[in-house]
Amino acid sequence: MSVLIVVDQSENHIKKSAYEILSYGSKLAAQIGTSAEALVLGTVQDDLSTLGKYGVSKVHQVNNEILNHVDGQLYAKTIAAVVAQNNATVIVFSQTHTGKSVASRVAARLKAGFVAGAASLPDTSNGFVVRKTVFSGKAFANISILSPIKVIALNPNSFSVVTTEGTAAVNQLNVAVENSKIKITAVNKITGEIPLTEADIVVSGGRGLKGPENWGVLLDLAKVLGAGTACSRPVGDAHWRPHHEHVGQTGVQVAPNLYIALGISGAIQHLAGVNRSKIMVVINKDPEAPFFKAADYGIVGDLFEIVPQMTAEIKKIKGIA
Amino acid sequence: MKILVCISKTPDTTSKIAFKNDHTQFDDAGVQWIINPYDEWFALVRAIELKEKDPATIIHLVTVGGADCDPIIRKALALGGDEAFRINADSNDSYYIAVQIAALAKQNQYDLILTGKEAIDYNSAAIGGMIAELVDFPYISLATLFELNGNTASVTREIEGGEEVAEVLLPLVVSCQKGIAEQRIPNMRGIMAARTKPLKVVEPEIIDTLTSIVNFELPAPKAGCKMVAADNVPELIRLLHEEAKAF
Ligand SMILES: Cc1cc2nc3c(=O)[nH]c(=O)nc-3n(C[C@H](O)[C@H](O)[C@H](O)COP(=O)(O)OP(=O)(O)OC[C@H]3O[C@@H](n4cnc5c(N)ncnc54)[C@H](O)[C@@H]3O)c2cc1C
Ligand SMILES: Nc1ncnc2c1ncn2[C@@H]1O[C@H](COP(=O)(O)O)[C@@H](O)[C@H]1O
Repeated sequence: MSVLIVVDQSENHIKKSAYEILSYGSKLAAQIGTSAEALVLGTVQDDLSTLGKYGVSKVHQVNNEILNHVDGQLYAKTIAAVVAQNNATVIVFSQTHTGKSVASRVAARLKAGFVAGAASLPDTSNGFVVRKTVFSGKAFANISILSPIKVIALNPNSFSVVTTEGTAAVNQLNVAVENSKIKITAVNKITGEIPLTEADIVVSGGRGLKGPENWGVLLDLAKVLGAGTACSRPVGDAHWRPHHEHVGQTGVQVAPNLYIALGISGAIQHLAGVNRSKIMVVINKDPEAPFFKAADYGIVGDLFEIVPQMTAEIKKIKGIA
Repeated sequence: MKILVCISKTPDTTSKIAFKNDHTQFDDAGVQWIINPYDEWFALVRAIELKEKDPATIIHLVTVGGADCDPIIRKALALGGDEAFRINADSNDSYYIAVQIAALAKQNQYDLILTGKEAIDYNSAAIGGMIAELVDFPYISLATLFELNGNTASVTREIEGGEEVAEVLLPLVVSCQKGIAEQRIPNMRGIMAARTKPLKVVEPEIIDTLTSIVNFELPAPKAGCKMVAADNVPELIRLLHEEAKAF
């Protein structure tokens, strides 16, 4: 019996989202009285023994280049083989892009009950009940997993990373991997920007900015905060901003610590993509804008006057000239 | 070319979310049901576009659900598609649903299975991957572009911090999102034609569900929005820094 945490890597480095699920999986293992072990697929340059800091006693690695590319079909076979070798009973993923293409396949392969988008540690006092977000963050559901093997994909940014002293034993696994049926012909990373789904702070603009030429005030604010930038759907549709910035029901879903909405009315479909943010700040000239009902802090006023002052004030606090 | 499009029924995006019977059931009083937007706008419309290019294409639609799904699947047929299947079972368990769709897929030998990126009610983004595993097809999630060249699909998908372009031989499962198709609305001709298109009701495979919903919770109401005067921006920043510790 063990909890197996499938750690996500990209370009030979462990991803930030991994620390969160390592902490989560370790806590869960302690709760059900078993060991927490991590699994790394592909070649990685990081020192894997340091993952012990997040509470795992062992890190298994399948050190095969083919796995540097996420192909759910190969991943599911490989992970299932590791689960069988280690008798893992709970398998933890992060509900990231990788999680979305792998975790459900693993669950189906192992005939394991699956909860995607978990929001907190399972309640194991009576069965195994996992709380997950539903209705795009508007509610939670408590889901009981009935099968012997259980698969959980944790929503990013929903569990605090805990570190301890400790190193993990690294164990190289020998698992045969076939060739991928998916041939990658190009990878286009958006350079120079903070990926929205990984950003701690997001500054987002709506139609209230009036046109793409006005985005400077927003970008300045984002820059001093080290924030990712986002926009409402009409802004994306009008090509004022690239479509990958569109957040909401039909766009990207984000859950940063701080979400700052500038000139966005706060339509329900917009909120569906951002309402898992910890703190929401709204700047809007209309006091009736629905966004104020969902926000934590707000100013009613003209964003073109307010935002530059915000930027200047943050610079002062951060000691930036 | 045979395409299967997976259609699910979800509450309209503006629905008030409430629960009944001691928070064990979704309260559907006054709720408008729609085709899950990702299924309609992206999966189904892309399939229709492919058929417009190659009229020999056959599009099947499938939904796993009770008779209350019939209006939804009819509406999907009105947009396009040749034939629909409703697998007569009501379940929220992703594995249960995927097994039913996979059984149909094995029977009918589709070249391409399209799903939405996620259902907007339970937000699992799970069914596509599960179907793919059960029929042992490759799976590409979160696709933003999809082109066919004979038997080879060229698919762009979103990855963290960017996108990736891949080539894959059919058969294949793809989950679809924004970018993959142009939005359209059903026209009168489509609505009339849909009336005569076959909607077959199939009985489900008998299997156990692997999960069950215990109950629902609504998030604790926000304390309310703390308003700061427009001429007091430094106070807002102080609150964010000191009180919320947001930066
Ligand atoms: C099925 C469906 C799915 C959808 N999905 C999404 C989605 O994923 N994401 C999304 O964002 N939308 C989505 N929408 C659209 C959504 O309903 C709204 O239309 C949209 O979010 C509005 O964008 P906005 O707030 O930028 O624009 P508006 O609603 O036009 O709001 C602009 C706001 O700016 C304020 N403003 C104007 N000038 C200033 C100024 N100088 N200073 C300060 N404030 C100012 C105004 O008071 C107003 O509140 C969807 C709609 C549907 C039907
Ligand atoms: N009951 C269902 N019947 C048919 N297809 C479904 C059903 N539920 C979900 N799907 C499909 O699977 C996709 C992902 O749903 P989910 O995994 O529930 O988030 C949806 O966009 C649909 O295309």
